[in-house]
Amino acid sequence: MWKIITDAIPQLLVAGLKFTLPMAIISFVIGMVIALAVALTRISTKRGAFNLLRWLASAYVWLFRSTPLLVQLFIVYFGLPHLIIPGVFPEGIKLDPFMAGIITFSLNTGAYCAETVRASLLSVPQGQWEAAYAIGMRRGMVLRRIIIPQALRTALPPLSNSFIGLVKDTSLAVSITIVEMFEVSQQIAATNYQPLLMYTLVALLYAVFCTVLSWLQSWLERKFSAYTSVEGGMIS
Amino acid sequence: MIELTHLTKRFGDNVVLNDICTTFPEQETTVILGPSGSGKSTLLRSLNLLEHPEEGQYQIDDLQVNFAEPISSQTTFAVRQKTEMVFQGFNLFPHMTVLKNLIEGPVHVLKKPKADAMAEASTLLKHVGLADKADAYPSQLSGGQAQRVAIARSLAMHPHYILLDEPTSALDPELELEVLKVLLTIHEQQQSMVIVTHNMSFAKRVANKILFIENGDVQYDGSAAGFFASENPRIKRFIDSMSFTI
Repeated sequence: MWKIITDAIPQLLVAGLKFTLPMAIISFVIGMVIALAVALTRISTKRGAFNLLRWLASAYVWLFRSTPLLVQLFIVYFGLPHLIIPGVFPEGIKLDPFMAGIITFSLNTGAYCAETVRASLLSVPQGQWEAAYAIGMRRGMVLRRIIIPQALRTALPPLSNSFIGLVKDTSLAVSITIVEMFEVSQQIAATNYQPLLMYTLVALLYAVFCTVLSWLQSWLERKFSAYTSVEGGMIS
Repeated sequence: MIELTHLTKRFGDNVVLNDICTTFPEQETTVILGPSGSGKSTLLRSLNLLEHPEEGQYQIDDLQVNFAEPISSQTTFAVRQKTEMVFQGFNLFPHMTVLKNLIEGPVHVLKKPKADAMAEASTLLKHVGLADKADAYPSQLSGGQAQRVAIARSLAMHPHYILLDEPTSALDPELELEVLKVLLTIHEQQQSMVIVTHNMSFAKRVANKILFIENGDVQYDGSAAGFFASENPRIKRFIDSMSFTI
């Protein structure tokens, strides 16, 4: 049995490091950019064209939070090639599986993180805006230098949650033919007839990845909490 | 010189400032007094454009703001360069050290060289008696220390006017005294200031001019001596209620 495990681990790890983690990291980075843009749009109070933008941002968040991720993957990978628009997409939108995965995971995680980012931006006291405006900063600089650094501290635990969730959700990419970690475990199980062992093993590897990420989260939290006197935790 | 003419501010149907006409002389300290909810904070915040009255003219030095029209961001920026705000709740930036709080504006808004800004910040911290707190974070300061840092932060921007919104209302009497002493030295250096406060003895000590507001109306606009000697029954009642003489 030991031999089966030691044979399987390198193959699983290669798939994990080649597809699972890169897919999760790239999607999360793109997702965060989307999240920040959506959150800023939603909290802006500008009128005119911004009304439409705000509506679009809300619609996007609603759409991706109220439909299953697996179905989203199917629509992007299997569905879009059939979206034939003469002149624009005469042959439908055909994406390679990895690209389809990145696009779907980014949009999905972006919708969830947009709400986290929005809440954390709003959690920074109004007085911080006022103090920054009073020293003559403009809105962009206030956000960049005063509001976002403070909001990040609040957003870090829920954002880490989303990221860890995303790492595990990439296993759904198996359904759009990506040879990521879970797919490899299925292939090995199909040849050595050890499904219990293989799926437990791949589960453990996901757990290892996520544990390392949790450590990274704690480290970041400690780094960011340097300025708060109460180091996390409640007053007892 | 700041001059306000026919300033009116409403929140819904509620008139917070009613046709205010007054001046805030330079190199002097003007104290705004009045009961809670009288509109004095709103008036002060209007001078920094943190509030936008619906009507009225605001002149500060050579800048003219007409509140009835949209205010351009250049005008807002220019007005805020001439005025600095000190808040009741300090509003220091909690993610920066005291020194970084002080150089944030000079370096990033005024584009001063960092070394110059740091040297000046150190001098200012010494001035408010907090030279040893340069590397502390705001959460490690007492309220009195935090407010003195906030005052130093406003001085670092070399504003023409410093606007102080109940700067000591969140402090106990001992800490309040530390802050008032600092304000007194700034007053003696003839820095132009507008202070909203409930501390009558401090007002008496520093005010060159007093503005008494109630329900959005100016009830008194004149010298401090005249205010404290006023025969106006409403003003007398207000002064009496501020000192414990039962």
